[in-house]
Amino acid sequence: MNKHTIAITVENRPGVLTRVTTLIRRRGYNIDSLAVGATEDPTVSRMTVVVEGDDAIIEQVTKQLYKLIDVIKVVDLTKEHLVARELILIKVKADHTVRPDIVQIVDIFRARIVDIGRTSLIVEATGDQRKIDALEDAFRPFGILELVRTGKVAMIRGTGEDNRRR
Amino acid sequence: MKLKGAEILMHCLQREGVDVVFGYPGGTVLPIYDALYDSPIKHILVRHEQGAAHAADGYARASGKVGVCIATSGPGAANLVTGIATANMDSVPMVCLTGQVASTLIGKDAFQEADINGIVLPITKHSYQVQKTEDVERTIKEAFYVARTNRPGPVLVDLPKDIMAREIDFEPDESPVKLRGYRVMKGVNTGQIIAAAEAINKAQRPVIYAGGGVITSDAAEEIREMAEKCRIPVTTTLMGMGAFPGTSYLSLGMLGMHGTRYANYAIGECDVLIAVGVRFDDRVTGRLETFAPNARVIHIDIDAAEIGKNTAAHIPIVGQAKEALQALLPRLKTRMELTEWHDVIAHWKDEFPLRYGQPSPGRIMPQHIVETIYDLTRGDAIITTEVGQNQMWAAQYYLFKEPRSFVSSGGLGTMGYGLPAAIGAKLACPEKTVFDIAGDGSIQMNIQELGTAMQYKIPVIICILNNQYLGMVRQWQELFHEGRYSYTDMSHQPDFVKLAEAYGAVGMRVNRTEDVRGALKEAMQITDRPVIIDFWVEREAGVYPMVPPGESILNMLGGDLDE
Repeated sequence: MNKHTIAITVENRPGVLTRVTTLIRRRGYNIDSLAVGATEDPTVSRMTVVVEGDDAIIEQVTKQLYKLIDVIKVVDLTKEHLVARELILIKVKADHTVRPDIVQIVDIFRARIVDIGRTSLIVEATGDQRKIDALEDAFRPFGILELVRTGKVAMIRGTGEDNRRR
Repeated sequence: MKLKGAEILMHCLQREGVDVVFGYPGGTVLPIYDALYDSPIKHILVRHEQGAAHAADGYARASGKVGVCIATSGPGAANLVTGIATANMDSVPMVCLTGQVASTLIGKDAFQEADINGIVLPITKHSYQVQKTEDVERTIKEAFYVARTNRPGPVLVDLPKDIMAREIDFEPDESPVKLRGYRVMKGVNTGQIIAAAEAINKAQRPVIYAGGGVITSDAAEEIREMAEKCRIPVTTTLMGMGAFPGTSYLSLGMLGMHGTRYANYAIGECDVLIAVGVRFDDRVTGRLETFAPNARVIHIDIDAAEIGKNTAAHIPIVGQAKEALQALLPRLKTRMELTEWHDVIAHWKDEFPLRYGQPSPGRIMPQHIVETIYDLTRGDAIITTEVGQNQMWAAQYYLFKEPRSFVSSGGLGTMGYGLPAAIGAKLACPEKTVFDIAGDGSIQMNIQELGTAMQYKIPVIICILNNQYLGMVRQWQELFHEGRYSYTDMSHQPDFVKLAEAYGAVGMRVNRTEDVRGALKEAMQITDRPVIIDFWVEREAGVYPMVPPGESILNMLGGDLDE
């Protein structure tokens, strides 16, 4: 079972998110992550969905998604040259004894400290999934109080022309 | 001109060619009903909203047009749900108009408020909630367009009361529908057509497996041409009944769980399977690995998602069945010779015909009743069915000769479908005799629609194959649960003759084989009201042959000897 990143371009209308998630759930597939937001065209939204499944399952999901009237385009980004990013916020236990260690990790990962509490810090980082996973692992020994990830967003590199040349 | 939302709605319905709607009034649809009062559109007042949905569905299947039903918000809309799911599973074009509480009250748990869009999301092709009166026209236009094009299906439009009541300046917009995310499929891939033609021309043992898509895309004529030109035997699914004349020497009848032995054996032996407008449903295929194991599969369907969903196709063709077959036909070699394949099939037909035994005294064999209906109508009637044994006997023993003459809930298997669907079918085709082949269980699920048939003088003939059991479930209990008839005995039932008479309809009871024909003939003479014939059938008659669930369709029970 592989993870597939699917970009779904949809009409920016109420209920579209429900249609897409209901369809994926009903066909028995599990959503790993989901990010939705506006695009350069205000009438269009873009969803980036990470679904687990073999190629046949993904093909079936794609075809079923295309049947939704509000879905304009579905692209499986998995095999493309991608820029993929995710944002994470981690609230980590941090009394004065461990703060230097944490700051060091933050530097290594090119993350940022965005809030300083009496016994905790909030760290913000963006990156691809591997980096975010590694960051999470690095902080775990200190004690993670709270953690939130946006889910992956992704874009194909270059334009169609660049990709043909490549 | 100044028009209210509801008046715009009427304008739009007329423009779509709607001549009849099925509905039930209520609080939030008062503005719609007020507009209907002045409209030339005929409204059929049903007795339960489920009846409205099934009647619209029956109308759509019999006519090929979009069926329309109306229900009020909350319970009214919720009562449509089974009917919508039925239409969705069988790809029936339908537009369901539901009232909704005023837009200012939505989300406040107002009286008779239900989130019908949320409820029907997985069982519609699409759904809308109109947000402002200005959107009524475009929404209705889109709803009909989506319902009837590509693979058809039900579309729900939720109409808040205030939006229907509000008056706006209205200028009709005649521009065509444009939807970024939805394009009507045109044309087929020529390369695939050539590949399919080559496979068919080389085939030694081809079979056509035709389904509901053939009827939807009006391709029965093309199927017949292909079958006759290349002498290819044809089996149809339940939804495909009428896609090929059951009287033809090339007809194998229905395949699958209750198909004929010869249809299933032909599938087992074929080297090329031409699947048209079908979805390889589990009731057809049985255990998938043993379904057409040696065949190259050509799969023609309008819905790309159907191809490869249940089984892989060697030559997939996405497109309208009619267009695909028209492209295919000139590339097919005429083959007039009868081959060994035809001999093999003829031999199976001789050895394993459909057959049934003798009844006990005071009982009739249900299969004989269906055969007699066929005999009297010569395949010219429209047959609707309920669901269960009655449905299977109707499919097995009535030889359908044209599309849209068999109206039955295939995918969802909805008991209570037959009577309201018969009402819809009769309104669509008033010149046809319409029979509802029913069971005593199913008919009680929507028996209230007798009132509708009486009010509008709709002469449908309801033939109850009465075995005082929920017969199909009983049969499964007999075969797979050691005869433990857990809650399937329905001997406590109304006197159906008196029930018919209470409504003002005609009721008859028949419990002798020699009276079957006379009763049916008499019923066919009645033109101003429905008739119920309560046929007392052999209580434990079974539907055979039968493939046990999950098994290969070659492993059939029954039908190989006299039961």
